Amino acid sequence: MSHTIALAGNPNTGKSTLFNLLTGLKQHTGNWPGKTVVRAEGELKTDNHIYQVIDLPGTYSLYSNSADEEVARDFIIFEKPDITLVVVDATSLDRNLNLALQVFEMTSNAILCINLIDEARRKGIHIDKEELSRQLGIPVILISAREKIGIIQLLKTIDQMIDGKIQTHPFQVQYADEVEQKIHELQPKIQAIFGDSLPSRWLSLRLLDGDKQLLEALKAYIRDPNFVHSQQQLVKGDCCHGA
Amino acid sequence: MIEGKPIYQYQVGDQLQITSIKLKNVMRRRLLDLGFVPGVTIEVVQKSPLGDPVAFKVFHTTIALRKEESSLIYAKKMNREVI
Ligand SMILES: Nc1nc2c(ncn2[C@@H]2O[C@H](COP(=O)(O)OP(=O)(O)OP(=O)(O)O)[C@@H](O)[C@H]2O)c(=O)[nH]1
Ligand SMILES: [Mg+2]
Repeated sequence: MSHTIALAGNPNTGKSTLFNLLTGLKQHTGNWPGKTVVRAEGELKTDNHIYQVIDLPGTYSLYSNSADEEVARDFIIFEKPDITLVVVDATSLDRNLNLALQVFEMTSNAILCINLIDEARRKGIHIDKEELSRQLGIPVILISAREKIGIIQLLKTIDQMIDGKIQTHPFQVQYADEVEQKIHELQPKIQAIFGDSLPSRWLSLRLLDGDKQLLEALKAYIRDPNFVHSQQQLVKGDCCHGA
Repeated sequence: MIEGKPIYQYQVGDQLQITSIKLKNVMRRRLLDLGFVPGVTIEVVQKSPLGDPVAFKVFHTTIALRKEESSLIYAKKMNREVI
């Protein structure tokens, strides 16, 4: 059985570079225009497993302010990848962790890939990955997709997560008491409808935010749980992979 | 009273600390996601000849805002240490 891995992150953090490295694909342009979305998907074989890797568009947020954000969000919420790799720029963690925190509200199967570690080292930036991992509650791997640093460690961690050898407890943002109270009221109702198939805390927050566009997506999901997949046009790799 | 003044009123080179954001809904969300968060330090990096848009440096990234948005983001000037 093959598992799915999604690559999420801010623009320009090296997602496609990592995607190419993992899947052996050479050509790829992040091309997700408008409603008919073309998505890049490739295959990764490790010692123990086969994965479908999906390169999501780079965004600063997953609140569906734009078509790109909607694509990335819908994928994580409705297609539920087995693992989401949050690819962040080691030289700009303060900015990048915003999106990471959003991902942690959507799924607990996340790994933080701190990319461009070569660049960070050149700039004298030291990252305490153990401490970060402890505070964020998920595995943290330092990598350079361009210099091929840390990739073996990443593959090992991916396999271990699929084999159930890693427990994650992603850090959850706590909101003002009033908001937490409302979440508390909404969450059981949402769970009654969707069970554990969709992240109920995240859904509560989106509903409190008055996200009408998400309501439409939820209706589509209730009609057909595979609606995202059927909306998107899939582009497979050029040669030996996929097919 | 609102602390500070709208960020477009400051000069190139000024270091500012954001005090509040008066924008609403999607635009508010969008600017928060770009890093315009109360407490964050930003810098005015460039003004176009007519003063609109103005470019700001936020978390290592330069972002240009139209007056429409930047007039609703308030900040105070950071005191420079004079040695
Ligand atoms: N120094 C260094 N540069 C890298 C690394 N990974 C990627 N890059 C460079 O960063 C730039 C952006 O890489 P992409 O892979 O296109 O980034 P992306 O995240 O797919 O970008 P979007 O699709 O626009 O979101 C390219 O010039 C890469 O060569 C790395 O580990 N170290
Ligand atoms: Mg890309």
